[in-house]
Amino acid sequence: MADLIHLTADALAQKLASKEVSAVEATQAYLDRIDAVDGAINAFLHVNTDEALLVAAEVDKARTDGDTLHPLAGVPIAVKDLIVTKGQPTTAGSRILEGWQSPYDATVVRKLRAAKMPILGKTNLDEFAMGSSTEHSAYGPTRNPWDLDRIPGGSGGGSAAAVAAFEAPLALGTDTGGSIRQPGAVTGTVGVKPTYGGVSRYGAIAMASSLDQIGPVSRTVLDSALLHEVIGGHDPHDSTSLTDPVGALVEAARMGQVEGMRIGVIKELQGEGYQAGVLTRFHESLELLRSAGAEIVEVSCPNFRYALGAYYLIMPSEASSNLAKYDGVRFGLRVVPEGTPTIERVMGATRAAGFGDEVKRRIILGTYALSAGYYDAYYGSAQKVRTLIQRDFAAAFEQADVLISPTAPTTAFKLGEKLDDPLAMYLNDVATIPANMAGVPGLSLPGGLADEDGLPVGIQLLAPARQDARLYRVGAVLESLLEETWGGPLLAKAPEIAGGK
Amino acid sequence: MTAVTDEVLTFDEAMEKYDPVLGFEVHVELNTKTKMFSSAPNAFGDVPNTNVTPVDLGLPGVLPVVNGVAVESAIKIGLALNCRIAEKCYFARKNYFYPDTPKNFQTSQFEDPIAYDGSIDIELADGTVFTIEIERAHMEEDAGKLTHMGGSTGRIQGAEFSLVDYNRAGVPLIEIVTKPIVGAGSRAPELAKAYVAAIREIVKNLGVSDARMERGNVRCDANVSLKPKGQEKFGTRTETKNVNSLRAVEHAVRYEIQRHAAVLDSGTPILQETRHWHEDTRSTTSGRPKSDADDYRYFPEPDLVPVVTNEAWIEKLRAELPEPPAERRKRLQADWGYSDAEFRDVVNAGVMSSIEDTIAAGVSAAVARKWWMGEISRRAKLADVEPAELGVTPELIVELNALIESGKINDKLSRDVLDGVLAGEGTPAEVVEKRGLAVVSDDGPLLEAIDGALAAQPDVADKIRGGKVQAVGAIVGGVMKATRGQADAARVRELILQRLGVEG
Repeated sequence: MADLIHLTADALAQKLASKEVSAVEATQAYLDRIDAVDGAINAFLHVNTDEALLVAAEVDKARTDGDTLHPLAGVPIAVKDLIVTKGQPTTAGSRILEGWQSPYDATVVRKLRAAKMPILGKTNLDEFAMGSSTEHSAYGPTRNPWDLDRIPGGSGGGSAAAVAAFEAPLALGTDTGGSIRQPGAVTGTVGVKPTYGGVSRYGAIAMASSLDQIGPVSRTVLDSALLHEVIGGHDPHDSTSLTDPVGALVEAARMGQVEGMRIGVIKELQGEGYQAGVLTRFHESLELLRSAGAEIVEVSCPNFRYALGAYYLIMPSEASSNLAKYDGVRFGLRVVPEGTPTIERVMGATRAAGFGDEVKRRIILGTYALSAGYYDAYYGSAQKVRTLIQRDFAAAFEQADVLISPTAPTTAFKLGEKLDDPLAMYLNDVATIPANMAGVPGLSLPGGLADEDGLPVGIQLLAPARQDARLYRVGAVLESLLEETWGGPLLAKAPEIAGGK
Repeated sequence: MTAVTDEVLTFDEAMEKYDPVLGFEVHVELNTKTKMFSSAPNAFGDVPNTNVTPVDLGLPGVLPVVNGVAVESAIKIGLALNCRIAEKCYFARKNYFYPDTPKNFQTSQFEDPIAYDGSIDIELADGTVFTIEIERAHMEEDAGKLTHMGGSTGRIQGAEFSLVDYNRAGVPLIEIVTKPIVGAGSRAPELAKAYVAAIREIVKNLGVSDARMERGNVRCDANVSLKPKGQEKFGTRTETKNVNSLRAVEHAVRYEIQRHAAVLDSGTPILQETRHWHEDTRSTTSGRPKSDADDYRYFPEPDLVPVVTNEAWIEKLRAELPEPPAERRKRLQADWGYSDAEFRDVVNAGVMSSIEDTIAAGVSAAVARKWWMGEISRRAKLADVEPAELGVTPELIVELNALIESGKINDKLSRDVLDGVLAGEGTPAEVVEKRGLAVVSDDGPLLEAIDGALAAQPDVADKIRGGKVQAVGAIVGGVMKATRGQADAARVRELILQRLGVEG
């Protein structure tokens, strides 16, 4: 069934609709693939075999009965293990939630179920989505299908690697500072962070509430648009969710048009710190867009240089509060220390044992930043920077319809390479963080392979809030131009997975 | 628990040297159908941990959604306290670890309360009026309820284990905070009680809270400090937590004044701390140190959007406000013509609204008062319930009164009729019929009874014949006894005098 797993979600959906392929066959093909390669990749923390096949069988029966089905019915999907699911464990990549099962489904999961998309399982991530390499998972790192010694990005390395390794056609990710886009970039896949509020956060385990956003992970721009339309839209359970309709994203991706569009190159997101091979591919993409009739303009976002610093105050501040609930009292791990187990000691021992180093680092940072006497200098100032970043975007979008930059400054680095250097790790998100700070949507798509290491490079597109359709419109064009130059999808160039069966 | 008894001065001694400064934080639980941020029922007394959703348990991934009715209730309270209503206000997280708080932060309001800068006039029993300035009223959520098992104190220290019920977690609360109250002097304890009573009455009158203090619907934290007479600067305050009856509020403030005075007299500074109130010993004990630097790491709640109000909405709510209790009392007393003492008794008996309804149903103010302050209050006391809970309707009183005025029954018989009605025997007329309670108005049987009574007391009969008309009562009594009360006493008297040939 090797052919089946290499189909795009859109192509698979068409074969399912025409009954050329059954949902059970497709789901089984992916389960077989997971079985064959995930020992090497470690993209999945839980494989949901029985339920996935059950849903697939339901789809096949419904199709035989002539029922009206969602276009993606029967197309399997993987879900980042930060998103809660009934009937499967949800760990957030943390020991503190080991074995915990949610009694409720996230809104996006309800939508997947309503569309009858078989859920293949839960994908690996940095603990509580804190990291850029998936090395901070309590359940071992995920490996990059392009090179098993390299990181798949993070925090959503599991979802990106699963899609890149053909273990799933689609996946859900969450993006707080680049956790969908940066893994997409380093694995040669597509990832979208929708406009803040465009997709309900209800059931996404919160890291930083004002920055978190669920979004699609896929192998093509169109596939992301298809999934985005399934999960998007208003949710009364999420007060920050937008009331706007999700928009004609699939249409935008199918139409794909850049002629006459102004595409703004962000001056501050290139140059120093960016790998040469990344910049080469980036400039090629600009040329392709220009050749397709887009006007390439340069824009300046001077305050982006403060984005990383401000992000590392706001994100830990919110996280320190969001993660307070993990205390051993109501659910998850409980550690009772020796001696008199007072509630403070139980909470302390549980959190000491249950959280990893990166989580503790951010809780401490955030607790400090919110402390009396420091609040104004840290959290308060960071919020001001956030306003400045929003202004930079507003000004830039007066000169350009979409903005463009490399998604990450480098290609995938080696496992362990930045584990002891948190700051170096954080710098990987320098180009993705501004979108979260301003709530604007961003898309990363493969831009080719860097000359020096033969690893995928990501191109990031950014649009004004609520203009997610523009990302798909421009992204689809760039994707098709690039694939022409490569003679097919970039993932076709990925090596066979060593260690796979 | 045996409280360590602190040294205290007498209240009068304390008042000679010091001026008390008060401040109150009153928490009002709203009676909305659902909780502040979830769809779980807001109900008291249910099986523990049944009125909970994933939101109330703070499960991973949940998000709060603001209860719109609770916001309206908050605005109504703000308006009733003559506050300004914020055009835009935010929720904030108050971060602290405690197992009754599922998220280990309380969603509250910090810098931007929904209502601020208000005031209310508090009238004491003798008519003295104090104006209390309201600093703010803000929205927040209640915590769950902990029950500490084992150990002797019922507190968490020393308990073997603790049980937690999250039914109350997330119940909407409005916290009403006063500005410092200066100048109450020796009336401070009385003012404290009157203030909390007024808040309770206001929220009950607005219909936004059940306002039952015994259920914790209204809870008071009382701040007390003393300053030497003539000094401007406030002394160090203590905050006595969860004083949950009106009487306890008065006693706790009085006790803290006396305790502070003794501490200050001994030359020791007051420790800024929370205090626990003990009803049994009528004293407070030390809680935890509380400094202004308590660090709750407040920050704006990122999961909620700001609450935005507008003029039209506020004015609509203002127009819907019921008449303020104090104004209503003034109006009713004037309408009914009761004396101050009469009216105060009516208010204290809790029958003002019943009287109002009964007058509206068609009897005079005097008759309504006679019933509610007399027979009905007597029965309520016996049954240990509120008068209004006896099931006596205004219509019933109107019917009973009509029967009396028509002479069909007398006051004494009316009580039997009431018994019958409350026992479900039918309308007053039906009870009169069934029980044969009508006043005997046929002169035949009466004359027979009169002759019997006269014969039984010949000496009295002689006295009356001799002109001592006032002695007729004894004969009337005999007749009433013989007719089991079913005679019209006035008619009996008339007939006796006729019988004896004496002018009445």
